[in-house]
Order: sequence, then structure tokens, then C-alpha cells
Amino acid sequence: MTIHRILIANRGEIAVRIIRTCRRLGIQTVLAASEVDRDSMPARLADRTLCIGPARSRDSYLNVGAIVQAAVAARVDAVHPGYGFLSERPALAKACAQNGVAFIGPTAQQIESVGDKLRARAAAQAGDIPVVPGAAVGSTAEALAVAARVGLPVLVKAVGGGGGRGMKRVERLEDLPYAIQLAQSEAGAAFGDARVYLERFVTRGRHVEVQILGDGRGQVIHLGERDCSVQRRYQKVIEETPAPGLSDSLRRRLHEAAVRFAARMAYRGAGTVEFLVDIERDAFHFLEMNARIQVEHPITEAVSGVDLVSEQIAIAAGEGLRLRQSDIRPRGCAIECRVNAEDVAHDFRPSPGHVSAVSWAVGEGIRVDTHIEARARIPPFYDSLMAKIIAYGTERDAALEQMWRAIAATRIEGVATNLSLHSTVLADRQFQLGGVDTGFLARLLDRPPIHVEARLG
Amino acid sequence: MTLTAKDVAEITRLLEESNFDELMLELDGLKLTLRRNGFAAAATSSNAEGGTAPFSQCGRPQTVSADQGLTPGAAPAVGPAPPIADGASHNISAPLLGTFYRAPKPGSPPFIEVGSTVEEDTIVGIIEVMKLMNTVRAGTRGRVVDILAQDGALVEYGETLMRVGKAAAA
Repeated sequence: MTIHRILIANRGEIAVRIIRTCRRLGIQTVLAASEVDRDSMPARLADRTLCIGPARSRDSYLNVGAIVQAAVAARVDAVHPGYGFLSERPALAKACAQNGVAFIGPTAQQIESVGDKLRARAAAQAGDIPVVPGAAVGSTAEALAVAARVGLPVLVKAVGGGGGRGMKRVERLEDLPYAIQLAQSEAGAAFGDARVYLERFVTRGRHVEVQILGDGRGQVIHLGERDCSVQRRYQKVIEETPAPGLSDSLRRRLHEAAVRFAARMAYRGAGTVEFLVDIERDAFHFLEMNARIQVEHPITEAVSGVDLVSEQIAIAAGEGLRLRQSDIRPRGCAIECRVNAEDVAHDFRPSPGHVSAVSWAVGEGIRVDTHIEARARIPPFYDSLMAKIIAYGTERDAALEQMWRAIAATRIEGVATNLSLHSTVLADRQFQLGGVDTGFLARLLDRPPIHVEARLG
Repeated sequence: MTLTAKDVAEITRLLEESNFDELMLELDGLKLTLRRNGFAAAATSSNAEGGTAPFSQCGRPQTVSADQGLTPGAAPAVGPAPPIADGASHNISAPLLGTFYRAPKPGSPPFIEVGSTVEEDTIVGIIEVMKLMNTVRAGTRGRVVDILAQDGALVEYGETLMRVGKAAAA
């Protein structure tokens, strides 16, 4: 099957990024946009835009019926779900299949089995991959029992969650009932599945994930790992590849575990297997698998030279894997900073509004994935990601310095941003040394650090 | 630009060891500002430069200026109500713009009703913004006399959600 036209069921920078690859491949694009996104950058870049509903995601980007209707009406060959929204909802994959449209991603069944974090945990265990102690909880009483068994602190996680959404850390038993309620409500709103589970909170770990590609017939390759340990409240802020300071054997075992996990289910498409790495013990635990393209995929592209979206499309078209494991030879180091519309001075409160002026960094080794230009509007209905700045260098130091300059050269006016958070982290000695754990950023913000603001020009 | 991230890490250490709170440096077109006390310090200074309207702290009602609105050309019909300063009642206003919910989840009883008594830390609602649920606390003591915000409605930053009658001095 040849893919001539794709419907993009997403918004923001990822919609722009998918359009970019489609243009290069000569594929027409149809953007499914909500009312408030009709004048957005992706809407202008797409060959056609269809307004699928009002601003609220529930009525637009999460509306399977409207999206499939748009796909059929626009006579597309395939639907690209991006990340978030319906990307990991079996309903969209299923509805696409029923309507003769290819879904650029795994099968509905695979989405179901990895999307249900409890089933994914069981699958990991069956594949001989260690998991963090925990269990599902249906009631407050159950939650208290599980928390007592695995020990405090615990993480409350959404069974249908991912990307750090719907996660709450609980230190005291008396806080558990309300945390469960809030997590259920957040999970229900964000994923349409209010079930939650508890996991022991590992205090000193690193978040390392492995990018994989599968042909859906049992062939799986990996494209190396990404270290996403710089997080604030379980939201990734800075990612880099390769993960600094891992032993060769641990790195290899991570890659192998990820491939094994995906191959056992004959995974189709691009996916990411996330691990919690315990450096001191040279050990790791399976966290979850993300059955979609990840926000931070560009750093893998930077070091491997592979266009992951293009491979996703090829796999959906039935071409299988066009690359063998031996074709993947990552070179150099890449780092990504997520630029968010949030006010660092006021507890990182989201800062929707109008961008009055913007100027992104340019230069060798710099890539900026964004949908933000002057006069762009950042609506309050969606997440606060404005751009991803990716810097490449042959060595880690060089990539970091490239990023430092790129952040200083970035100008955004009209909304508050987290640019100075990035400058502060980049100028931190511990971060410069590499290998920080997931608690690094919280400790840095607690101290409090010397706030670094750098502006070029 | 000759000043590297490594250089700045070094400068940061010097500042840490010094008696100064702030250091500004201009070199090769790079304007560098270092401030002790982290991100809170940034609140008072640099934000206005970037054209950002500074927000007030959570729970402290403030009249929202035009440039804080989402779409200056299409301002919502209902603006934030001015705080009542009669001393007899207190407004609980939205700490941020988003979708207001009165109950922890659909179908659950609301956190509070008219007539409920609230303490400073009583949860009175949830505001969903960018898929995150933010708890709204009363921030005052007393009896709820009026609930203005509709469940599931978009509320603006600073918009009055409910009014609380002052508790008699205990």
C-alpha cells in the first residue's frame, strides 16, 4: 500500500514536525484542528485543515468519531496520531481499521496491552524484566494496604496514563485517599480511564528509555537510549542521548530488555520502553512502554540520522523495517530542552496568552521544533509546550555549550517561559558532570539555586 | 559569545561565596543576570522586560489587565468581578484560568455548597488547566454565601468563584 495523504490528529509542534517529513516524502497532509487552532502554524502548513470541534480536547482532539469522520471525508490513506491525545487510545486505531484507514502506530491490541500499565508490568515480568513493587488499587482501603506493603513514599499512577500525567507522590498515609481521588479524576479527564495503581517511589533513580522500531512481525531494532532524568513533577524538562556514565554492560542490557519486551508482542511501529535505572546497584526496573512517537525523539534522530516519523510511515505502509540493527550507529551527543509557557517565578504556573515576539536560535547543530511564531496564541486548553530546542555535538560538553548559546539566543515575549530554568540547569556543575537522578531538579529548586538568566544580543 | 556554561558555573560559585545577591555581566553581546534565592527572585525584576504581565500570588485577588486576557479582540463577556471590600464577606477567586469543577470527579458530591463553613485550607473546587488538576482552597474562614462559578465552565484568572461571609471572631 502506498500512502499519499495523511490526516494528522494532533496540534502544536508535533503536527508541524509530521508535516515537515510528509512534505519531504511528497505526502499530502490534512490537519484535524480544534476551533482555537484554526489559525495555528500547522493549520497554515498543512495542505488542508478540517475543524473537528471546539477548543476543549474532549470535544475535538479526543473525539474519535470526529477524527475518523474527517479522515474518511478527506480520503486519507493513514492517520498519524502524534503523541498524547488519541495516540495511545485503542479506540482510534480500531476505528481506523474499521474504516479502511491505516493507523500510523501499533495495533489496537498492542496499544491496549501496553497502555494498561498493569498488563504491561505483567508482560515485563513474563519477559524476565524486573519491575518496581506495586499493585492496582480500586478503593481507599486497598490503597492503604498496598502502601503499607510496598512502603512509603509511593507513587499513585494512572493505569491508562503515561508521559508523567496523573502521577502523584504520597509521603503520608493520611494523604493517600485524597491523592487517589485527584489522580482518578485527572486520569479520567486526560485518558478516559480513571483506574490507578500504586508503586514504590524509588528515591534515587535515573529515567532511561530505549527507542525501538518494530515491523509487527517480530522483528525489532533499537536506536539507543535517552536519559530523561531532569524532571519536574514527573514532567521531563531536559533529555539527552547517550545516557551519561552508564557501564557498557548496563547499556547493553537495557537495549536488549527493550527489544525483548517489544519483540515478544511483535510490536509494530515506533515505541519507547522506559526504565528506572539504579546506578549504584548497576540494575534497572521496567517502568512502562510508550506506544507512540515521543516528545524527545529528535535527540535520537540527531545522533542516529534516522527520521523516525518517516520510518513510522513506512512501517504503516507495510514496508517493514528498512534498517537493520547494524545500520544504527549513533554518533555524538544530543540534548533537548523543552521550552514551556510557564512562569518559573510563580511555581511554574502555566502561562497561556499571546506571543508578541519570538526569535529562535539558528546555527549548526541546532534544531528547533516549534509551532510558535510572532502573534501565536497559546490557549489554556492544552499542554504548555512551546518548542523543543535540540543541540548536537560530537562530545557531550560541546552539545551542552551549543545548547547554552541557543537558550541565550532565544527570545520570547508576551508569555512567561521556563528559559531561565534551562540556563540555570545548564550552568549547574552537577548537571555538567552528567548522570543526575530524577530528584536532581527538585533539589536544585529547593536550595534555591542561583537563578541564571542569559540573553544574547 | 565567549562565556560558556562552564564559565558561568564558576561565576555562580563565586557569587555563592560572596556577600552579593545579584550579579549582572555584559560580555560580547551576552547579558547575564545571576540572582541568589532562585526563581522567586526573578518575579520582581525581569518579567516585565519580556512583556509578561506579572501574576499575583495564588489566592490573592487581583484585577486582571487587558493584556493578560487570552484574546484581546474577543474578550469574554463576563470579566472578573472586582473584589468586595466591605469587610463582611470575602471573595474566593480563581488562582488561574481554566475549567472549574465543583466536585472531585463527575458524579461526586460537590466539595462545598452554599451554607458550608470553610477554613483557610478547605478545598472548594478544582481548576483544570492544560490537563492538570489544580486544587482551589478557600484561603479564608467563614460560611459560603454564594457560588458564582458554574461547574465545568471556563473561569478566568482572578474571576470570583464564590463569596464567603466572614466568620464571627472565635
